[in-house]
Amino acid sequence: MTELNLLPLIGIVVVVAGFAFRFNPLLVVTLAGLITGWAVDLDWLSLISTFGEKFMNARQLASLLLILPIIALLERYGLQQRAKDWIASIKSVTSARILMVYFVVRECSSALGLLSLAGQAQTVRPLLAPMALGAAANTYGPLPKEIQDKISAHAAACDNIAMFFGEDIFIAFGAVLLMDAFLRENGIQGIEPLHIGLWAIPTALAALIFHCFRLARLEASLSQDVQKYIQQKQETSVVEGEMQ
Amino acid sequence: MNVISTTTSLAPPAVFEINHVFLVIGLLVAFLVIKTLKDKGHPKRYSTALFWGLFGNVFLFGDISITLFGEQVTHVWVGFSVIAIALLAGFGYVSQGTYEQLSEQQKKQSADSIGNKLFIPAVLIPIITVISTVLLSDINLFGLYLFDQQHITLGALTLACLVALLVGWRYTGGSPLIAVGESRRLVDSIGWAAILPQMLAMLGGVFIVAQTGDSIKELVTLFVTPENKFMLVVIYCVGMAIFTMIMGNAFAAFPVMTAGIAMPFLIEMHGASPAPLVALGMYSGYCGTLMTPMAANFNIVPAALLDLNDKYQVIKVQIPTALMLLTFNIVLMYWVIF
Repeated sequence: MTELNLLPLIGIVVVVAGFAFRFNPLLVVTLAGLITGWAVDLDWLSLISTFGEKFMNARQLASLLLILPIIALLERYGLQQRAKDWIASIKSVTSARILMVYFVVRECSSALGLLSLAGQAQTVRPLLAPMALGAAANTYGPLPKEIQDKISAHAAACDNIAMFFGEDIFIAFGAVLLMDAFLRENGIQGIEPLHIGLWAIPTALAALIFHCFRLARLEASLSQDVQKYIQQKQETSVVEGEMQ
Repeated sequence: MNVISTTTSLAPPAVFEINHVFLVIGLLVAFLVIKTLKDKGHPKRYSTALFWGLFGNVFLFGDISITLFGEQVTHVWVGFSVIAIALLAGFGYVSQGTYEQLSEQQKKQSADSIGNKLFIPAVLIPIITVISTVLLSDINLFGLYLFDQQHITLGALTLACLVALLVGWRYTGGSPLIAVGESRRLVDSIGWAAILPQMLAMLGGVFIVAQTGDSIKELVTLFVTPENKFMLVVIYCVGMAIFTMIMGNAFAAFPVMTAGIAMPFLIEMHGASPAPLVALGMYSGYCGTLMTPMAANFNIVPAALLDLNDKYQVIKVQIPTALMLLTFNIVLMYWVIF
């Protein structure tokens, strides 16, 4: 019988436990790395050096920071207000419709490999979320923070879901090349990236259908939320009136 | 010890070289550190500045340090910086400062006077990035490329941000220096989440050194009955989703889960078709990405960017779609691979 070596898995346990106890993720991840290194008897200096090497090699992940100055500048001069006003001038627009149109455009462009065409910092914060909020304010009047947050969160989710499930259709995308390289390394011949890309299409369509269905229902749930909010406000004002 | 570093000199020289992009990021962070130190109303002025200073150092001095002192020394000091960064964030020494902002009314006035031109710089970022990735990637003057050939998109993004900044300056009258100062508000609201992806890449590296993948393989074989094709598919897809949630990245989960379950059992034992298997397996991992705070760039950063009260709200909104798609993937995979 072979000895089961579970010690290297201790890092995963630390991540799960740390998250369950709501410790800061940076601390949890670092601890998980340190404990894993200790569990497999790595010497300290080479563990620290592995930390440094991998952290440095992943520096391109911080490129988000490059986009923030221009977005911050435009916001200072009223970008979000402009986006809201512009949407308010189109009468037939609703939050759900804006999000649906964005979803379709984002998924299609992502399937064509145009991943950098949009994103949370570039489009969702300065444009999409204010537009969706503007449309809702158009329909329902001023909204409380919870309902605004719900719409904004949906805007962020649209960008993620549409991008994720579109990107694997584009055969030159990293994930497809990674899968292709993996199959080759494991001795499986005759699979082209194109085949992998084609098999991404059914799930991409399912994502489109499922999520647009949910967005269609979002509109109904928003109007319910708004009614509940108005009712509550009336009740509290009645109570306040009685108190006086 | 090997002092001579060849990693940077192998690539052909370029104007927007990856190291230059890192220097730009480093300078940007350094400027934010100075602004933080000058922010008298900041509740945790020095520790927040230290946090970003340690982070910015890696970008400003990382490559210089490799040339001067070699990779070994550099990786060690970066490693210690990373631990210090984690401690500062973990014990609550990093916070938001105070920011001068225009009033809603002033913003509205300026928005009305500038008009739709405000959109142009924002729209320029993606357009220039895509166009220059496609058209300018091969530009080569006297042996000097415009973009780093291994990081064309990042080079193109940097160029796009610079152009957008200049155009924004022209339309709004706010200089690039004001722009960078303004960005402190956004950077501070993102906070530690901006660094999490790099930290997870680091943890992934430690897992590889520790051969965690082999242990997962062994563990999974304990629970799988190799005859039950449907359960194997379920375990592969759900395993991809769960391991992606832990690692925050489907790419990190894919080789481990595919080598552990899909290759030996589904492909070799039951003759599953590889192309749909890997495509749907990876997408199952993406379902996990939608459900985890570890995928900070997608789930936590937006919550901060949008000032949501609940930083998990984006994840909560995504969970129903993620679960529906995971179920869809499992059923479709079972249907098509055999």
